[in-house]
Amino acid sequence: MKTEELVDLLATGAEAVAPNAVRRRYALALVASVPVAIALMATWLGVRPDLNEAAVEPMFWGKVAFVALLSGAGLMAVARLSRPGASLAVLPGLLAAPVLAMWLAAAAALAGAAPGERMELFLGISSDECALNIAVLSLPVFVAALWAMKGLAPTRLRLAGAGAGLLAGAVAALVYTLHCPESDAPFIGTWYVLGILIPVAAGALLGPRLLRW
Amino acid sequence: MKKAEARLRDLLVGGLGGDAAAYRGFLKDLSAHLRAFLRRRLARLPDEVEDLVQETLLAVHNQRHTYDPGQPLTAWLHAIARYKLVDLLRRRARDDALNDPLDDALELFVASDEDAADARRDLAKLLAELPERQRMPIVHMKLEGLSVSETARRTGQSESAVKVAVHRGLKALARKIRGAV
Repeated sequence: MKTEELVDLLATGAEAVAPNAVRRRYALALVASVPVAIALMATWLGVRPDLNEAAVEPMFWGKVAFVALLSGAGLMAVARLSRPGASLAVLPGLLAAPVLAMWLAAAAALAGAAPGERMELFLGISSDECALNIAVLSLPVFVAALWAMKGLAPTRLRLAGAGAGLLAGAVAALVYTLHCPESDAPFIGTWYVLGILIPVAAGALLGPRLLRW
Repeated sequence: MKKAEARLRDLLVGGLGGDAAAYRGFLKDLSAHLRAFLRRRLARLPDEVEDLVQETLLAVHNQRHTYDPGQPLTAWLHAIARYKLVDLLRRRARDDALNDPLDDALELFVASDEDAADARRDLAKLLAELPERQRMPIVHMKLEGLSVSETARRTGQSESAVKVAVHRGLKALARKIRGAV
């Protein structure tokens, strides 16, 4: 087939394309997967029984804001990485700001604590399971985000996979705040970040293999 | 160069809105730009140029829903062309043939080359390998120029099934080119 004939073939009968494909696809992916993550958290881990009391503490909302901002950064990342040639310049700042803020809060909390209590601020009561729980909860959104990306056009596959992992990890962490009893900044800044990094690493590993087009 | 960007962008935006004539003009101009762009970068693999022009055109078509009219068209096209170029070179595991693929996006519109060599890979043959339910809608709609409703009548599929079959068939064709199927 000559290139001219291919051009004819592609152009003939080409219909209008619905706009905002990227936004629609990720909206669909999240609508389908976030309820699954919430149901998984509720049945497997359970909503913390003292949620109502916790919801008046500033640090609870600090934790929620932290992972909500990272979820927003994740959404921005996958949207940009799904579109050839889109600028990624805003992403490092969007990611670094909440993490640095949490680490500053952690440094302040550690500085204000007695030396014997510092380890406790780091480990809380659930440091052995927190990161892994977040990683498991990230699975539904991870699969959905990769599906969405697969139907778009990522050109930097390793980064794109990592972006899908970031979105999945951050949303999972957001869901996990409904279960997690911890509220100390050193804990959140360590174990939440690690939990999010697990799907990020998985995405970076799988991206080049799964996302080719 | 700026003019090429503006003109091609208008044609593509028209095409995305359903204007098939504008879309044809876009693809035609784009193929000439791609040819010049890839010819310079595949100086040591001249036989690959036309195949890659076709593969990139198909990729642009299949992924056209990811173009945001607010985004520079050059950046979008260049990212796709570069992705397909790097993919080809990886496939061949011949990275030494690479002259300089990671250059400035603006270069895509610097030159245009209307002189098409013959493609080595015959897309018509790959098309013939597609399953019937995808191939027939493509033959009727895209080669014979029949309408969606006429194609639906001939294939016994619903109109939406025809559209889906064409879409999936062209994606399957792109996969066949990559050797993934």
